[in-house]
Amino acid sequence: MKEAKQWEGTALTIAVASGKGGTGKTTVSLNLAKAYGAPIQLLDCDVEEPNCHLFLNGTAEAEETVFIPIPQVDESLCNACGECSRFCQYNAIASLGTKPLVFPELCHGCGGCALVCPQKAIIEVDKRIGAVGTMQAGDITLIQGRIDVGVAMAPPLVRAVKARLQPGMPAILDAPPGTSCPVIAAIRDTDFVVLVTEPTPFGLHDLKLAVDMVRELKLPFGVVVNRMGAGDDRVHLFCRQAGVPILLEIPDDRRIAEAYSRGELLVDALPEYRGLFSGLQDKLRSLAAAGRR
Amino acid sequence: MKIAFTTSGNSLDAPLDSRFGRARNFLIYDTDTKSFAILDNAQNLNAAQGAGIQAAETVARTGAQCLISGHCGPKAFRVLAAAGIKIYNSDAATVAEALQQYLDGKLVEARNADVDGHW
Repeated sequence: MKEAKQWEGTALTIAVASGKGGTGKTTVSLNLAKAYGAPIQLLDCDVEEPNCHLFLNGTAEAEETVFIPIPQVDESLCNACGECSRFCQYNAIASLGTKPLVFPELCHGCGGCALVCPQKAIIEVDKRIGAVGTMQAGDITLIQGRIDVGVAMAPPLVRAVKARLQPGMPAILDAPPGTSCPVIAAIRDTDFVVLVTEPTPFGLHDLKLAVDMVRELKLPFGVVVNRMGAGDDRVHLFCRQAGVPILLEIPDDRRIAEAYSRGELLVDALPEYRGLFSGLQDKLRSLAAAGRR
Repeated sequence: MKIAFTTSGNSLDAPLDSRFGRARNFLIYDTDTKSFAILDNAQNLNAAQGAGIQAAETVARTGAQCLISGHCGPKAFRVLAAAGIKIYNSDAATVAEALQQYLDGKLVEARNADVDGHW
Protein backbone atom coordinates (compact mmCIF):
# COMPACT_ATOMS: atom_id res chain seq x y z
CA MET A 1 0.00 0.00 0.00
CA LYS A 2 2.83 2.34 0.79
CA GLU A 3 4.29 1.79 -2.66
CA ALA A 4 0.89 2.26 -4.25
CA LYS A 5 0.39 5.56 -2.53
CA GLN A 6 3.70 6.85 -3.83
CA TRP A 7 2.60 5.97 -7.32
CA GLU A 8 -0.69 7.70 -6.67
CA GLY A 9 1.21 10.74 -5.48
CA THR A 10 2.79 11.17 -8.89
CA ALA A 11 -0.52 10.31 -10.64
CA LEU A 12 1.08 8.62 -13.60
CA THR A 13 -0.73 7.87 -16.80
CA ILE A 14 0.53 4.57 -18.19
CA ALA A 15 -0.43 3.51 -21.71
CA VAL A 16 -0.53 -0.18 -22.59
CA ALA A 17 -0.03 -0.66 -26.34
CA SER A 18 1.26 -3.22 -28.82
CA GLY A 19 2.02 -3.49 -32.48
CA LYS A 20 0.36 -6.87 -32.85
CA GLY A 21 -3.21 -7.46 -31.74
CA GLY A 22 -4.05 -10.20 -29.26
CA THR A 23 -0.77 -10.02 -27.34
CA GLY A 24 -2.40 -9.25 -23.99
CA LYS A 25 -2.90 -5.47 -23.69
CA THR A 26 -6.24 -5.87 -21.95
CA THR A 27 -4.85 -8.56 -19.64
CA VAL A 28 -1.95 -6.34 -18.61
CA SER A 29 -4.12 -3.21 -18.28
CA LEU A 30 -6.80 -4.86 -16.15
CA ASN A 31 -4.44 -6.74 -13.87
CA LEU A 32 -2.22 -3.73 -13.37
CA ALA A 33 -5.28 -1.71 -12.38
CA LYS A 34 -6.62 -4.45 -10.12
CA ALA A 35 -3.25 -5.02 -8.40
CA TYR A 36 -2.86 -1.31 -7.70
CA GLY A 37 -4.96 -1.46 -4.55
CA ALA A 38 -6.13 2.16 -4.46
CA PRO A 39 -8.45 4.32 -6.60
CA ILE A 40 -7.26 4.23 -10.19
CA GLN A 41 -8.69 5.02 -13.61
CA LEU A 42 -8.76 2.52 -16.44
CA LEU A 43 -9.37 4.00 -19.89
CA ASP A 44 -10.46 1.60 -22.61
CA CYS A 45 -9.25 3.47 -25.70
CA ASP A 46 -9.73 0.49 -28.00
CA VAL A 47 -12.95 2.15 -29.11
CA GLU A 48 -13.55 -0.16 -32.06
CA GLU A 49 -13.72 -3.19 -29.80
CA PRO A 50 -13.77 -2.17 -26.13
CA ASN A 51 -13.67 -5.21 -23.84
CA CYS A 52 -12.32 -4.16 -20.41
CA HIS A 53 -15.91 -4.01 -19.08
CA LEU A 54 -16.33 -7.75 -19.64
CA PHE A 55 -13.89 -8.39 -16.78
CA LEU A 56 -15.31 -5.93 -14.26
CA ASN A 57 -18.45 -5.98 -12.16
CA GLY A 58 -19.70 -2.52 -11.46
CA THR A 59 -22.38 0.03 -11.94
CA ALA A 60 -22.52 1.76 -15.29
CA GLU A 61 -23.12 5.49 -15.20
CA ALA A 62 -24.74 7.61 -17.88
CA GLU A 63 -23.27 7.53 -21.35
CA GLU A 64 -22.40 10.66 -23.24
CA THR A 65 -22.72 10.91 -26.99
CA VAL A 66 -19.60 12.02 -28.87
CA PHE A 67 -19.90 14.17 -31.97
CA ILE A 68 -17.54 15.61 -34.51
CA PRO A 69 -18.33 18.83 -36.36
CA ILE A 70 -18.88 18.37 -40.08
CA PRO A 71 -19.44 21.11 -42.67
CA GLN A 72 -22.84 22.17 -43.96
CA VAL A 73 -22.86 24.45 -46.98
CA ASP A 74 -25.34 27.28 -47.44
CA GLU A 75 -25.88 27.18 -51.18
CA SER A 76 -27.21 30.74 -51.31
CA LEU A 77 -23.88 32.10 -49.99
CA CYS A 78 -21.48 29.75 -51.83
CA ASN A 79 -19.78 31.20 -54.92
CA ALA A 80 -18.08 27.89 -55.82
CA CYS A 81 -14.57 29.27 -55.35
CA GLY A 82 -13.30 25.84 -54.24
CA GLU A 83 -11.17 27.05 -51.30
CA CYS A 84 -12.78 24.47 -48.99
CA SER A 85 -11.94 21.61 -51.30
CA ARG A 86 -8.35 22.77 -51.81
CA PHE A 87 -7.86 23.06 -48.06
CA CYS A 88 -9.21 19.63 -47.07
CA GLN A 89 -6.39 17.11 -46.81
CA TYR A 90 -8.91 14.28 -46.43
CA ASN A 91 -10.90 14.93 -49.62
CA ALA A 92 -14.04 15.20 -47.51
CA ILE A 93 -15.40 18.17 -49.44
CA ALA A 94 -15.38 18.49 -53.22
CA SER A 95 -16.13 21.64 -55.20
CA LEU A 96 -16.87 21.55 -58.92
CA GLY A 97 -18.12 24.97 -59.83
CA THR A 98 -21.30 24.14 -58.00
CA LYS A 99 -22.29 23.76 -54.35
CA PRO A 100 -19.55 21.65 -52.70
CA LEU A 101 -20.29 18.00 -52.01
CA VAL A 102 -19.63 16.87 -48.44
CA PHE A 103 -18.52 13.33 -47.56
CA PRO A 104 -19.16 13.17 -43.80
CA GLU A 105 -17.57 9.72 -43.41
CA LEU A 106 -14.20 11.12 -44.53
CA CYS A 107 -14.35 14.31 -42.42
CA HIS A 108 -11.98 14.55 -39.44
CA GLY A 109 -13.90 17.52 -38.02
CA CYS A 110 -10.99 19.98 -38.11
CA GLY A 111 -13.20 22.91 -39.13
CA GLY A 112 -10.65 24.19 -41.68
CA CYS A 113 -13.14 24.43 -44.56
CA ALA A 114 -15.37 26.76 -42.54
CA LEU A 115 -12.37 28.91 -41.61
CA VAL A 116 -11.04 29.33 -45.15
CA CYS A 117 -14.43 29.96 -46.78
CA PRO A 118 -14.33 33.62 -47.87
CA GLN A 119 -18.13 33.69 -48.25
CA LYS A 120 -18.78 32.33 -44.74
CA ALA A 121 -21.05 29.83 -46.47
CA ILE A 122 -19.99 26.88 -44.30
CA ILE A 123 -21.31 26.21 -40.83
CA GLU A 124 -20.46 23.17 -38.74
CA VAL A 125 -23.09 20.69 -37.60
CA ASP A 126 -22.67 17.78 -35.21
CA LYS A 127 -22.35 14.22 -36.47
CA ARG A 128 -22.55 11.42 -33.92
CA ILE A 129 -19.55 9.05 -33.99
CA GLY A 130 -20.02 7.08 -30.77
CA ALA A 131 -20.34 7.27 -27.01
CA VAL A 132 -18.24 7.41 -23.86
CA GLY A 133 -19.38 5.70 -20.69
CA THR A 134 -18.10 5.33 -17.14
CA MET A 135 -18.35 2.34 -14.82
CA GLN A 136 -17.29 2.13 -11.17
CA ALA A 137 -15.95 -1.30 -10.13
CA GLY A 138 -14.39 -1.17 -6.67
CA ASP A 139 -11.29 1.00 -6.84
CA ILE A 140 -11.36 1.01 -10.63
CA THR A 141 -13.10 3.79 -12.54
CA LEU A 142 -13.50 2.45 -16.06
CA ILE A 143 -13.88 5.05 -18.80
CA GLN A 144 -14.81 3.42 -22.07
CA GLY A 145 -15.30 4.67 -25.59
CA ARG A 146 -17.42 2.85 -28.13
CA ILE A 147 -17.46 3.91 -31.75
CA ASP A 148 -20.66 3.51 -33.77
CA VAL A 149 -20.82 0.72 -36.33
CA GLY A 150 -19.78 2.04 -39.74
CA VAL A 151 -17.75 4.96 -38.38
CA ALA A 152 -14.03 4.85 -39.23
CA MET A 153 -12.93 7.99 -37.38
CA ALA A 154 -11.58 6.64 -34.08
CA PRO A 155 -9.12 9.38 -32.96
CA PRO A 156 -11.78 11.97 -31.97
CA LEU A 157 -13.49 9.32 -29.84
CA VAL A 158 -10.18 8.29 -28.24
CA ARG A 159 -9.62 11.95 -27.38
CA ALA A 160 -13.13 12.13 -25.89
CA VAL A 161 -12.27 9.17 -23.62
CA LYS A 162 -9.05 10.88 -22.52
CA ALA A 163 -10.90 14.14 -21.91
CA ARG A 164 -12.73 12.38 -19.06
CA LEU A 165 -9.46 11.60 -17.28
CA GLN A 166 -9.48 13.06 -13.77
CA PRO A 167 -6.15 14.73 -13.05
CA GLY A 168 -4.50 13.75 -9.79
CA MET A 169 -5.58 10.10 -9.98
CA PRO A 170 -3.31 7.55 -11.70
CA ALA A 171 -4.56 6.04 -14.92
CA ILE A 172 -3.94 3.01 -17.07
CA LEU A 173 -4.85 3.39 -20.68
CA ASP A 174 -5.63 0.33 -22.80
CA ALA A 175 -4.70 1.39 -26.34
CA PRO A 176 -5.91 -0.08 -29.63
CA PRO A 177 -3.47 -2.42 -31.43
CA GLY A 178 -1.26 -1.25 -34.26
CA THR A 179 0.73 1.91 -34.88
CA SER A 180 -1.76 4.13 -36.69
CA CYS A 181 -3.72 7.29 -35.79
CA PRO A 182 -6.01 5.83 -33.08
CA VAL A 183 -2.95 4.48 -31.24
CA ILE A 184 -1.10 7.79 -31.51
CA ALA A 185 -4.20 9.58 -30.16
CA ALA A 186 -4.26 7.13 -27.24
CA ILE A 187 -0.61 7.09 -26.16
CA ARG A 188 0.25 10.74 -26.84
CA ASP A 189 0.78 12.77 -23.63
CA THR A 190 1.08 9.70 -21.41
CA ASP A 191 3.94 9.28 -18.93
CA PHE A 192 5.06 5.83 -19.98
CA VAL A 193 4.18 3.24 -22.62
CA VAL A 194 4.13 -0.48 -21.93
CA LEU A 195 4.46 -2.45 -25.17
CA VAL A 196 3.01 -5.94 -24.85
CA THR A 197 4.38 -8.56 -27.21
CA GLU A 198 4.76 -12.30 -27.57
CA PRO A 199 7.94 -14.25 -28.39
CA THR A 200 6.91 -15.13 -31.94
CA PRO A 201 8.02 -13.83 -35.36
CA PHE A 202 4.74 -11.87 -35.68
CA GLY A 203 5.15 -10.46 -32.19
CA LEU A 204 8.70 -9.36 -32.93
CA HIS A 205 7.84 -7.84 -36.31
CA ASP A 206 5.09 -5.66 -34.87
CA LEU A 207 7.08 -4.87 -31.73
CA LYS A 208 9.74 -3.27 -33.92
CA LEU A 209 7.09 -1.04 -35.51
CA ALA A 210 5.72 -0.12 -32.08
CA VAL A 211 9.23 0.70 -30.77
CA ASP A 212 9.78 3.01 -33.76
CA MET A 213 6.46 4.67 -32.99
CA VAL A 214 7.13 5.41 -29.30
CA ARG A 215 10.68 6.57 -30.10
CA GLU A 216 9.25 8.98 -32.66
CA LEU A 217 6.90 10.30 -29.96
CA LYS A 218 9.83 10.48 -27.53
CA LEU A 219 7.92 8.60 -24.82
CA PRO A 220 9.66 6.42 -22.24
CA PHE A 221 8.71 2.79 -22.72
CA GLY A 222 9.39 -0.83 -21.84
CA VAL A 223 8.25 -4.27 -22.97
CA VAL A 224 6.08 -6.97 -21.44
CA VAL A 225 6.58 -10.39 -23.00
CA ASN A 226 3.43 -12.48 -22.77
CA ARG A 227 3.21 -16.25 -23.33
CA MET A 228 6.86 -16.77 -22.41
CA GLY A 229 8.02 -20.16 -23.60
CA ALA A 230 5.61 -20.28 -26.53
CA GLY A 231 8.09 -19.19 -29.19
CA ASP A 232 11.78 -18.35 -29.44
CA ASP A 233 14.29 -15.86 -27.98
CA ARG A 234 14.36 -13.32 -30.81
CA VAL A 235 12.21 -10.77 -28.96
CA HIS A 236 14.72 -10.88 -26.10
CA LEU A 237 17.68 -10.54 -28.46
CA PHE A 238 16.06 -7.58 -30.14
CA CYS A 239 15.31 -5.87 -26.82
CA ARG A 240 18.89 -6.39 -25.63
CA GLN A 241 20.36 -4.99 -28.86
CA ALA A 242 17.92 -2.06 -29.00
CA GLY A 243 18.42 -1.22 -25.33
CA VAL A 244 14.75 -1.76 -24.51
CA PRO A 245 13.99 -2.86 -20.94
CA ILE A 246 11.87 -5.98 -20.47
CA LEU A 247 9.60 -5.16 -17.55
CA LEU A 248 7.73 -8.40 -17.13
CA GLU A 249 7.46 -11.90 -18.54
CA ILE A 250 4.10 -13.66 -18.27
CA PRO A 251 4.39 -17.43 -18.69
CA ASP A 252 2.55 -19.37 -21.37
CA ASP A 253 0.16 -20.93 -18.86
CA ARG A 254 -3.08 -22.48 -20.09
CA ARG A 255 -4.80 -21.54 -16.83
CA ILE A 256 -4.32 -17.84 -17.69
CA ALA A 257 -6.22 -18.28 -20.95
CA GLU A 258 -8.90 -20.30 -19.17
CA ALA A 259 -9.40 -17.57 -16.54
CA TYR A 260 -9.54 -14.95 -19.31
CA SER A 261 -12.16 -16.93 -21.22
CA ARG A 262 -14.31 -16.97 -18.06
CA GLY A 263 -13.97 -13.20 -17.75
CA GLU A 264 -11.81 -13.46 -14.64
CA LEU A 265 -8.79 -11.37 -13.78
CA LEU A 266 -5.48 -13.15 -13.57
CA VAL A 267 -4.62 -11.62 -10.19
CA ASP A 268 -7.91 -12.92 -8.76
CA ALA A 269 -8.04 -16.36 -10.40
CA LEU A 270 -4.34 -17.18 -9.97
CA PRO A 271 -3.03 -15.29 -6.93
CA GLU A 272 0.49 -16.63 -7.48
CA TYR A 273 0.79 -14.17 -10.37
CA ARG A 274 -0.16 -11.16 -8.27
CA GLY A 275 3.49 -10.46 -7.48
CA LEU A 276 4.26 -10.06 -11.20
CA PHE A 277 1.95 -7.09 -11.47
CA SER A 278 2.96 -5.38 -8.25
CA GLY A 279 6.58 -5.79 -9.41
CA LEU A 280 5.64 -4.22 -12.73
CA GLN A 281 4.17 -1.23 -10.89
CA ASP A 282 7.45 -0.64 -9.07
CA LYS A 283 9.38 -0.68 -12.33
CA LEU A 284 6.89 1.63 -14.04
CA ARG A 285 7.14 4.14 -11.24
CA SER A 286 10.90 4.37 -11.35
CA LEU A 287 11.16 4.29 -15.17
CA ALA A 288 8.46 6.91 -15.64
CA ALA A 289 10.16 9.12 -13.08
CA ALA A 290 13.46 8.68 -14.95
CA GLY A 291 11.68 9.49 -18.21
CA ARG A 292 10.42 12.77 -16.80
CA ARG A 293 13.86 13.96 -15.85
CA MET B 1 -15.55 17.36 -76.88
CA LYS B 2 -13.05 16.09 -74.34
CA ILE B 3 -13.09 12.51 -73.08
CA ALA B 4 -11.07 11.41 -70.02
CA PHE B 5 -9.54 7.93 -69.92
CA THR B 6 -7.71 6.20 -67.09
CA THR B 7 -4.39 4.73 -68.12
CA SER B 8 -1.21 3.33 -66.66
CA GLY B 9 0.80 4.74 -69.58
CA ASN B 10 0.96 7.94 -71.60
CA SER B 11 -0.19 7.14 -75.11
CA LEU B 12 -3.30 5.90 -76.93
CA ASP B 13 -1.73 2.45 -77.12
CA ALA B 14 -1.25 2.30 -73.36
CA PRO B 15 -3.44 0.05 -71.20
CA LEU B 16 -6.78 1.37 -69.95
CA ASP B 17 -6.44 1.43 -66.14
CA SER B 18 -9.34 -0.46 -64.57
CA ARG B 19 -9.16 1.79 -61.49
CA PHE B 20 -10.40 5.36 -61.49
CA GLY B 21 -9.31 7.14 -58.28
CA ARG B 22 -5.93 5.48 -58.14
CA ALA B 23 -5.18 5.32 -61.85
CA ARG B 24 -1.61 6.29 -62.71
CA ASN B 25 -2.58 8.88 -65.35
CA PHE B 26 -5.54 10.43 -67.07
CA LEU B 27 -5.49 10.77 -70.85
CA ILE B 28 -7.70 13.63 -71.99
CA TYR B 29 -8.66 13.10 -75.62
CA ASP B 30 -10.13 15.92 -77.68
CA THR B 31 -12.47 14.56 -80.39
CA ASP B 32 -12.40 17.84 -82.30
CA THR B 33 -8.63 18.13 -82.72
CA LYS B 34 -7.97 14.35 -82.39
CA SER B 35 -5.15 15.17 -79.98
CA PHE B 36 -4.63 14.27 -76.36
CA ALA B 37 -2.93 15.43 -73.17
CA ILE B 38 -1.65 13.38 -70.21
CA LEU B 39 -2.50 14.33 -66.64
CA ASP B 40 -0.49 12.86 -63.79
CA ASN B 41 -2.57 11.38 -60.93
CA ALA B 42 0.35 10.59 -58.59
CA GLN B 43 -1.09 12.73 -55.78
CA ASN B 44 -4.23 10.60 -55.60
CA LEU B 45 -2.38 7.37 -56.19
CA ASN B 46 -0.86 7.91 -52.75
CA ALA B 47 -3.80 9.64 -51.04
CA ALA B 48 -4.71 8.24 -47.64
CA GLN B 49 -8.41 8.46 -48.45
CA GLY B 50 -10.83 10.03 -50.89
CA ALA B 51 -8.72 9.33 -53.99
CA GLY B 52 -11.81 8.91 -56.13
CA ILE B 53 -13.25 12.24 -55.00
CA GLN B 54 -10.07 14.15 -55.74
CA ALA B 55 -9.58 12.33 -59.04
CA ALA B 56 -13.14 13.28 -60.04
CA GLU B 57 -12.36 16.93 -59.29
CA THR B 58 -9.18 16.68 -61.38
CA VAL B 59 -11.13 15.27 -64.32
CA ALA B 60 -13.89 17.87 -63.91
CA ARG B 61 -11.32 20.69 -64.08
CA THR B 62 -10.06 19.47 -67.48
CA GLY B 63 -13.46 20.25 -68.94
CA ALA B 64 -13.97 16.62 -69.95
CA GLN B 65 -17.61 15.78 -70.55
CA CYS B 66 -17.25 12.06 -70.22
CA LEU B 67 -15.05 9.54 -68.50
CA ILE B 68 -14.16 6.09 -69.74
CA SER B 69 -12.60 3.77 -67.16
CA GLY B 70 -12.69 0.20 -65.98
CA HIS B 71 -14.69 0.83 -62.82
CA CYS B 72 -16.04 3.71 -60.79
CA GLY B 73 -16.88 3.65 -57.05
CA PRO B 74 -19.76 5.41 -55.29
CA LYS B 75 -17.99 8.57 -54.04
CA ALA B 76 -16.29 9.28 -57.35
CA PHE B 77 -19.59 8.62 -59.10
CA ARG B 78 -21.35 11.20 -56.92
CA VAL B 79 -18.76 13.88 -57.70
CA LEU B 80 -18.63 13.10 -61.43
CA ALA B 81 -22.42 13.12 -61.63
CA ALA B 82 -22.55 16.49 -59.83
CA ALA B 83 -20.09 17.84 -62.38
CA GLY B 84 -22.30 16.55 -65.19
CA ILE B 85 -19.71 14.11 -66.47
CA LYS B 86 -21.03 10.98 -68.15
CA ILE B 87 -19.40 7.75 -67.05
CA TYR B 88 -18.77 4.71 -69.21
CA ASN B 89 -17.30 1.44 -67.99
CA SER B 90 -15.13 -0.39 -70.48
CA ASP B 91 -13.14 -3.61 -70.40
CA ALA B 92 -11.00 -2.59 -73.37
CA ALA B 93 -7.31 -3.44 -73.17
CA THR B 94 -6.04 -0.07 -74.40
CA VAL B 95 -7.18 3.54 -74.47
CA ALA B 96 -7.41 3.45 -78.29
CA GLU B 97 -9.65 0.38 -78.11
CA ALA B 98 -11.90 2.04 -75.52
CA LEU B 99 -12.09 5.17 -77.67
CA GLN B 100 -13.15 3.07 -80.65
CA GLN B 101 -15.82 1.34 -78.55
CA TYR B 102 -17.15 4.77 -77.62
CA LEU B 103 -17.08 6.13 -81.18
CA ASP B 104 -18.85 2.98 -82.40
CA GLY B 105 -21.58 3.57 -79.82
CA LYS B 106 -20.82 0.31 -78.01
CA LEU B 107 -20.50 1.81 -74.53
CA VAL B 108 -23.55 2.39 -72.33
CA GLU B 109 -23.64 5.27 -69.91
CA ALA B 110 -23.39 4.04 -66.29
CA ARG B 111 -26.38 4.88 -64.11
CA ASN B 112 -24.67 3.92 -60.84
CA ALA B 113 -21.29 3.11 -59.41
CA ASP B 114 -20.41 -0.37 -60.66
CA VAL B 115 -18.20 -1.30 -57.68
CA ASP B 116 -18.05 -0.55 -53.94
CA GLY B 117 -15.45 1.82 -52.53
CA HIS B 118 -11.97 0.25 -52.16
CA TRP B 119 -12.95 -2.65 -54.46
